[in-house]
Amino acid sequence: MLLVIVFVISSVIGAQRLSLSGALCALTGKASCSLSAEERAILFDIRLPRILLAGAVGTCLAAAGAAYQALLRNPLAEPYLLGVSNGAAVGTMVALVFFGAHEWGRPVMAFGGAIAATFLVYRLARGRAGASPERLILAGVIVTTFLSSAIVFITTVMDATRIRSFTFWLLGDLSGTTSSLLTVAFIAAAVGVIALVMNARALNLMMLGERDAFDLGVEIGRVRLIVFAAASLLVGASVASSGSVGYVGLVVPHLVRLSFGSDNRLVIPAAAIAGATFVIVADTLARTVIAPRELPVGAITALIGAPLFVYLLKRGTAAVV
Amino acid sequence: MLEAKNITIQYNARFAVQGVSLRVEPGKVISIVGPNGAGKSTLLRALNGNVKSTAGEVILDERLLRSHTRRAIAQRIAVVAQEADVRFPVTVFEFVLGGRYAGANLTAWGWESGRDIELAQNAIAETELAGFESRLMNELSGGERQRAVLARALATEAKIFLLDEPTANLDLAHQATMLRLIRSRCDKSDSAAVVVTHDVNLAAEFSNEVMLMKDGRSVAFGSPREILTEQLLKQVFGLQVLVDAHPVSGAPRVTPVHEMRSGPRA
Repeated sequence: MLLVIVFVISSVIGAQRLSLSGALCALTGKASCSLSAEERAILFDIRLPRILLAGAVGTCLAAAGAAYQALLRNPLAEPYLLGVSNGAAVGTMVALVFFGAHEWGRPVMAFGGAIAATFLVYRLARGRAGASPERLILAGVIVTTFLSSAIVFITTVMDATRIRSFTFWLLGDLSGTTSSLLTVAFIAAAVGVIALVMNARALNLMMLGERDAFDLGVEIGRVRLIVFAAASLLVGASVASSGSVGYVGLVVPHLVRLSFGSDNRLVIPAAAIAGATFVIVADTLARTVIAPRELPVGAITALIGAPLFVYLLKRGTAAVV
Repeated sequence: MLEAKNITIQYNARFAVQGVSLRVEPGKVISIVGPNGAGKSTLLRALNGNVKSTAGEVILDERLLRSHTRRAIAQRIAVVAQEADVRFPVTVFEFVLGGRYAGANLTAWGWESGRDIELAQNAIAETELAGFESRLMNELSGGERQRAVLARALATEAKIFLLDEPTANLDLAHQATMLRLIRSRCDKSDSAAVVVTHDVNLAAEFSNEVMLMKDGRSVAFGSPREILTEQLLKQVFGLQVLVDAHPVSGAPRVTPVHEMRSGPRA
């Protein structure tokens, strides 16, 4: 419900204000509305795709965050922490530098980067008892910091004109929305969230301990693989579209658990919706606060997310170890 | 029902379990007793496939354990291990309902059916946790959590229970309740249980058979009366004990003899 309201409001506000009735009218597909042709163009060609993409990104990141937290039994798990975000970012940068001409290069390479980073983290974390959550987080931190350095290296080597736009993009930038990116993001969001929801029951048990989950009948190896793959897909799609938008995967699942409890059959879909709402709001702020200039959306999510998380921690309801 | 044939479990150069065989029959409670590091828990974990044996086989329902699916095994064998470390807000009811994972009859949207919920509620009542359903797991005491773990195992409807030190955190009253519960399950509904425990006297009281383990091997196997003798216990634990008959039940009663100084403390 909130999502719908947010959606409508975001489509109205921006550097150029559109009338609410006109916008509602146009959105519901009526032919003759009070919007001018130029306003229609703004609404449908620029704003709507951007809002939809923001929603898709939010869905991807929040659902992936909820899945990582359950799988790794760590309420602090987040795509960034696990190297997946940075892997996707490196993939995207490689695509931009080498395959700049091909539009599909970005999402494909981002997904490739996300999968490669996940694979690397997995290999590093393999111990005698399999990849335990603790080892996965440790390996994730190692990989993410390594990839951060790689990103800095690449940006330094590039020419100065591209650095600023890259840095901006790395912090989360939704201004480069194209229809192909939007399509990819939506498909990835749908596939990823569905895959996660199908394994939600298993995740409920794995959240309580892999050994217990095994005893209760969960195929932990297979579930781990599917969840990791689905989460990588989600993060890859998100980073390819918009760079690194942080805190969504961390804070939104916590907020959702506060209202809905920890059953992943509820948490994952609810996080998907709440995440979409959160990022749409953040992006709307990002493009209106200092209009006509823009802030990176990742900066807004961090500015809102970090204090929110501290508040949750202090309340003691974040259920952190 | 369940049988371990000549199980050997080796980690690099070390043998955790060497050539141990065990038969679990309906209606029987088997206790595994021995010093720390004897391989008791490792053996227990091999019985449901949690730990893979290096040699030997586990047979479940006349078929090799590894030929069963994970889910099928979970519907036949339930594990009660040390109390769970729960890091997320999970209620007692949700926790116990988790036991229905393998055997649930899910409704169209993937939720548990009325029967699953009923089974969970019964299990909660049986373990004297009625009224705790909406409490969060990490708000409970260690003993209460342990009972929730048992409730979850009961909810699985499995016939074979593997219990690893189930009474470790329980007070005297609840220790008795838990074992009495297992015992009556085994007597009434032809379930069976294998219990790893440090409490030799509880083992004596509640089991049909006892296995004494040391250094990964089965030193002796038989009824409590046959096994819990001063000679065998001294051999396995290196401790002088006194074994007499419990005045009320007649079961062997093991009392360690501490030769530290003469005469009782004032």
